[in-house]
Amino acid sequence: MKTTKQLLGGKFSIEMWEFGSGDPLLFVHGAGGLFGVDPFLEELGKTHKVYAPHFPGYGESTGSEHIDDVIDAALFYHELMDELKIPTANIVGHSMGGMLAAEIAALDNSRAKKLVLVAPAGFWLDEHPIPDLFAAKLDEIAPLMFHDPKSPMAQAFGAIPTDFKALEAMYVERVKRFSTASKFLWPIPDRGLKKRAYRIKSPTLVLWGASDKLIPPVYAKEFTKRIAGAKEQQIAEAGHMLPYEQQEAFCKAVNAFLK
Amino acid sequence: MKFTWFHLMPYRYLPEDFKEKYRSVWVDIPQNLYDPKVGHKLYNDYLDQLEFADHMGYDGLGINEHHQNAYGMMPSPNIMAASLARRTRNANIVVLGNSIALYNPPIRVAEEFAMLDVISGGRLVAGFPVGTSMDTNFCYGEIPATLREKYYEAHDLIVKAWKEKEMFSFNGKYTKLRYVNLWPKPIQQPHPPIWIPGGGSVETWDFCAKHDYNYSFLSYFGYIAGKKVADGYWEVMAKMGKPLNPYSMGFAQVVAVSETDEQAERDYAPHMDYFYNRCLHVYDGFADAPGYRTVKTIKAGILGQVGDQAALRREGLKWKDFLDQGYVIAGSPKTVRERLREAMKSLNCGHLMMLMQLGSMPPELVKKSTELFARECMPYLRDLWSDHEDKWSANPMPAAERAIPAPVQFELQLPKHTNGHARPNGANAETRSAK
Repeated sequence: MKTTKQLLGGKFSIEMWEFGSGDPLLFVHGAGGLFGVDPFLEELGKTHKVYAPHFPGYGESTGSEHIDDVIDAALFYHELMDELKIPTANIVGHSMGGMLAAEIAALDNSRAKKLVLVAPAGFWLDEHPIPDLFAAKLDEIAPLMFHDPKSPMAQAFGAIPTDFKALEAMYVERVKRFSTASKFLWPIPDRGLKKRAYRIKSPTLVLWGASDKLIPPVYAKEFTKRIAGAKEQQIAEAGHMLPYEQQEAFCKAVNAFLK
Repeated sequence: MKFTWFHLMPYRYLPEDFKEKYRSVWVDIPQNLYDPKVGHKLYNDYLDQLEFADHMGYDGLGINEHHQNAYGMMPSPNIMAASLARRTRNANIVVLGNSIALYNPPIRVAEEFAMLDVISGGRLVAGFPVGTSMDTNFCYGEIPATLREKYYEAHDLIVKAWKEKEMFSFNGKYTKLRYVNLWPKPIQQPHPPIWIPGGGSVETWDFCAKHDYNYSFLSYFGYIAGKKVADGYWEVMAKMGKPLNPYSMGFAQVVAVSETDEQAERDYAPHMDYFYNRCLHVYDGFADAPGYRTVKTIKAGILGQVGDQAALRREGLKWKDFLDQGYVIAGSPKTVRERLREAMKSLNCGHLMMLMQLGSMPPELVKKSTELFARECMPYLRDLWSDHEDKWSANPMPAAERAIPAPVQFELQLPKHTNGHARPNGANAETRSAK
C-alpha cells in the first residue's frame, strides 16, 4: 500500500510503501532508492508491519533541500518514526541506508529495537577502495551490484531504455536520487560514523553478500568491531543487491534475527 | 566588437593512440604522460603567445582554471595573470576565471583578484565560473548537490568584500568569517567587471541578468549550435527588461587564419583533430556528476560540452564539416572576417573569445594566425556594435599614470670582485650568468 505523510507542516512530503502487520520494521533504502517492485519488502511484511519510505529527493518525496548531512538525515527518520507512532522499531538499512540506519541508532539508541545493516556504507579503507558508483556509466553499474550480472534480474536492472522519453525520465530520476545521495557519499562515503558507532546499543546484525563487488565484505569487520555484540553473516552467491538477488536467503536471515 | 585572445594551454604531446589507450584526458589521466621539462617550454611558449597578442592589439588576454588534465594546464590561472600583469601593457587580463566554490575561504579570490587589478593598473576582468564537473566534483571533491549553493555564497562574499568600505562579519553556510577586511582593494571601483563563463546552465542566465554581468558562453560546438544557448540568454534578458547590449555577452570560438582557405586546412586540420579527439576526450562518467547540472537544465535539453553525447555528435567529422557546422572558423582573412561578422551578428555577441592556439598547434602557426587576424580581420570587424556602449571591459588607470616594469636584464651585471670582498651568496658572477 502506498501512503503519503506530511512532516513538519509540509517541509517534507514523504511517499511510503507499507506492507503487512505486526512488529514494526522500518526499511531505509540505499543510494539507488526503492524500485517500486521490491518483493523482499512484501515478504518481510508477512511477519512485520513494514514501512519503506522514499527518502526526500527520491520518488515523490520532497524536502531534500532541508537535509545537508547524515545528522539531518538521521533526525529526519526520528521525526518520521514519531509521526508514524513507532518511536522504536526494527530498522533494516541497505547500503547508504545501512549507513543512515547506523546513524539513526547512534544518535538515539532507543530507536532501534534491533538493527540490521545490509552491506552498509559509512567507512573507508585505503587498502579496499570502494569503486566510484557516481562515475560509473549505466552499463557498468549492474556488474558492480550483482553476483551474477548475466542473470535476468541484473540484466533488467542494468537495462537502458531505447525510448528517448523513458531514457530522459530515468536519467532525471537518477540525477535526483544520486545528487541527494552525494550529500552522504561524495566523494568518500565516510562522514564520521566511526566516532559515533559506539553509541549503538541495539542487537545488531551485519549482513553481507559474499561476492559484493561494490563494498567488499571485509568492511563488515569495521562494523562488528565498533558495535558491541554485533554479529556478522554472509549470504552466498549474492552481490551488493542481496535483498533482490537472494531474496529468500535474505528474508530468512532477517526474520531469524528479528525473531 | 572586442577581441579576447584566449589560451587553454593544452599539453601538446599526447600520444597518437591516446583516445584508444586511455579513457580520459581529465581526472585520471596517467601522470607519466606529463614531462615537466616539456611543460616548462609550453608554459613559456604560451605566455609568449599571450604577450604577443597584447602587442598585436587584442583587447583581452583570456585564461582559465582546470585541474588534473592535459586539456588546459592552469590549475591556478592567477599565476599566469600575475605574469601577464607585468609583461603586458594594454590588454584586459580576462581571468575566466576562478572556480570560487573551490577556494577556502573564497575571500582568497577577492584578495588575489585585487592584487592582480592593482599590479596591472586596473586591467583585470574577474571571471567566476562554477567550474566543470570534472574539476569541481571529481578532482576537488565538491558535493554535486551543494556546489551551486556554495558558489552563490562565495560570490556574495567576494563582491561584498570588494564593495564594503569597512570591516564586516560574514555568517554563511559554507564560510564563516568574523573579520572580513580586504587588503588590498581593487583599482577598479567598486570592483572589476565580472564575467560569468557558462557551458549552458539555464540558472547562469538568470544570475547574469540579475547582476548585469557579462555572460560568456564557452562552447566548443561553434556559433551555429551555440545560437540556441545565446537565444536562451537573450530571451531571459528580454523578459527581465534588460538592454540587449551585445557586450553583455561573450562567446568562445575557434578561429584560425592562413593565407588561403586551402592553406588553412593544411595548417590547422591536424591540430583541430588533436583538440577534438584528444583534448576533449573525457570519460563520460566524469562529464556530469549527478546533481552537477540541475534538472531544469537537463530538461532544457542543452548538451554538455564533453562526454559521450558530445563526442558522438563530433564523431567522424572532417575539416569541411567542422567549418560547415561552425565548430571552427578558418580560412583566408577574407573568409574569416566574413564568417565572423555573420556569426557575431547571429549571436548578438560583442565579446569574442578567440581560441587561436588549439590542441597541438606549434608556436609559429599560432603567431601567424594571431598576426594575420590582427592585421587583416580585426580592423574590418571593429565597427560592429559601435553603436553600443561596452560596460563590461576593464577600466584601467590612464596609461601615463601606470608603472612601467623595468626591463629584464638576464646577464648578471655585478662588477667583478678582485679584492677579496664578499660576493652575493658567495656566487661567482661568471658561472651564474645565463649563457
